[in-house]
Amino acid sequence: MSEHDYRPKSKVGQWFNDRLPLLTLANHLTDYPTPKNLNYWWTFGGILTFCLITQIVTGLTLAMHYIAHADMAFESVEHIMRDVNYGWLIRYIHANGASMFFLAVYIHIFRSLFYGSYKSPREIIWILGIIIYLLMMAAAFMGYVLPWGQMSFWGATVITNLFSAIPLVGEGIVTWLWGGYSVDNPTLTRFFTLHYLIPFLILGLVVLHIWALHVPGNNNPVGIDIKKPSKDTVPFHPYIVIKDGFALLMFMIVFAFFVFYAPNILGHADNYIEANPMVTPAHIVPEWYLLPFYAILRSVPDKLLGVVAMLSAILILAVLPWLDTSKIRSAVFRPLYRQFYWILVADVLILGYVGAMPAEGLYLLIARVATAYYFLHFLVILPVLGFKEKTLPVPLSITEPVLAGSPNLAAARNKESKLE
Amino acid sequence: MKNLFKLFSIIIIIIASNSYSFAAEKVEYLKTDWSFKGLFGKFDRASLQRGYQVYTEVCASCHSMKYLSYRNLAEPGGPEFSEAQAKAIAASFEVTDGPNSDGEMFTRPGKLSDKFVMPYDNVKAAQAANGGAYPPDMSVLVKARGGGVDYIYSLLQGYEQAPSNVSLDDGVYYNKYMYGNKIRMAAPLSDGLVEYGDGTNATVEQMSKDVTTFLMWSAEPHLEARHQMGFKAIVYLIILTILVYFSMKKIWSRVESEV
Repeated sequence: MSEHDYRPKSKVGQWFNDRLPLLTLANHLTDYPTPKNLNYWWTFGGILTFCLITQIVTGLTLAMHYIAHADMAFESVEHIMRDVNYGWLIRYIHANGASMFFLAVYIHIFRSLFYGSYKSPREIIWILGIIIYLLMMAAAFMGYVLPWGQMSFWGATVITNLFSAIPLVGEGIVTWLWGGYSVDNPTLTRFFTLHYLIPFLILGLVVLHIWALHVPGNNNPVGIDIKKPSKDTVPFHPYIVIKDGFALLMFMIVFAFFVFYAPNILGHADNYIEANPMVTPAHIVPEWYLLPFYAILRSVPDKLLGVVAMLSAILILAVLPWLDTSKIRSAVFRPLYRQFYWILVADVLILGYVGAMPAEGLYLLIARVATAYYFLHFLVILPVLGFKEKTLPVPLSITEPVLAGSPNLAAARNKESKLE
Repeated sequence: MKNLFKLFSIIIIIIASNSYSFAAEKVEYLKTDWSFKGLFGKFDRASLQRGYQVYTEVCASCHSMKYLSYRNLAEPGGPEFSEAQAKAIAASFEVTDGPNSDGEMFTRPGKLSDKFVMPYDNVKAAQAANGGAYPPDMSVLVKARGGGVDYIYSLLQGYEQAPSNVSLDDGVYYNKYMYGNKIRMAAPLSDGLVEYGDGTNATVEQMSKDVTTFLMWSAEPHLEARHQMGFKAIVYLIILTILVYFSMKKIWSRVESEV
């Protein structure tokens, strides 16, 4: 490996690098051989890093002005919106940034599902990703509680009450979580503390996630192992840096549109009403990114089983590398999986939709069917497909992403020989 | 590039399919042309000043606005009363201050730095004076209601004779835009209720529009600054994106691969 041969040019650089090989690390990151056929779905890793840093920076700034107290939290948020210089900008970036973060993470996860990025040898990257995703949900949920509006308060009440479903110790756990006998000031202060802590845990896990990625290298749209470095790869810098940068800018335009022109469209109006333990909102709904799981929770008539179903819906992803029995990674060469993949996407969108609706009548029926299908996909369809599916022939290298014998192949080879 | 368009259409579908607007019961609100909507939306200064007049002469007898200060009335992007006008407005209110060196509370004329004086001392007093219903604080009211400005604008004009199948208790009124159609607030506006200094005809429709504009500003005092900065930020991002796109094309032209 060339990176181990790296030696800084200057004497000072060598002296430093022999003691702490940061320059070797920087060299590894810039030279990191990346498959050259990565499409734009692969740019979301960089976008997510941007989202995390944005949330941390804006969050730190907000924390300088926010007051974590049940009597003052709502007012302090209004203080930020009105009297802190550009407080409205920082808060709207932070609030919409959470939505943008989840939008990007869902695309990132579904990209992985399509191209089989979770399969051997990338299981650890995938599992780290699922842990990050779980922590993101915890951070987002607790963050939504901090403005202490009606949806904050009642959302916190509903979600913490889920723990009461645990037999025997459930009630005790809920009291322990609340720090009292209802959601109140002690709940708010601990949520604030944890909301502040979790992003740094995520940051640490992101480092591990990227480290684990850099061992086997990126998967790619063709889904085959590639030699690296080779003519199938390009160095991370400048090729991937500029491409990720371009995609990030496109993403930022969408982000900016929400922040400047529709800053409250993704939130719920009730959260501009100060928390009132005596008045329950007509519909308690979580933020949009949690709706599919909320739908699964409510589709099960039994409380405990509902909680189990909701948690399983997330944890099942962690064992996905072993549920998917197909040796072929990319859905490009799996005609049947490709169809089931899109059905799953539709299924999750439907779950999200019914999650926002009252759990009754037709909506409840749809939620139940969609929940059943969600588990069917992972527990039955995926394992069986691996044995039954007739996959398409896979090319030997990504410079030959076309089937042998096709006229395109000759053209592709021609181009290559010119390059060499 | 094709992929990118696909991607953004999917983003829009996801957002649209999860929009809470589906969750609300569909009522067609009255529409009017709000000057503050759109890329360059700004408040109509005269309308804000009239709206403040409606608020202070009508709404303020029951509804507080506890997050606003009198100084806000003279700040850029708002009604932009002159500082002298704002001072005079503040001075027309009695503010309780203290304790003084004798330990006594005392009243004095309001100052720019004072918060809007509240009509009631506390929520209980407000409820007691209003048949048990609490008139909500109006500071962020338009953001706290699903239909936003259109809802408030419609509600103010939505009072009707109750249909024969609806029975109303004492002190409850029928409003076709209110959630559940029953409201504890009597119709607050009637033609000619206030006398506008600028000669505008004070119809219910006009007052509704003015006071709703004022409430939009009170909920989003930095809306104009936000729109202005947003336009600049997005234009900047688009130009930068185009430049980066061509740089990317140039860099990737060194290898046989599509971007």
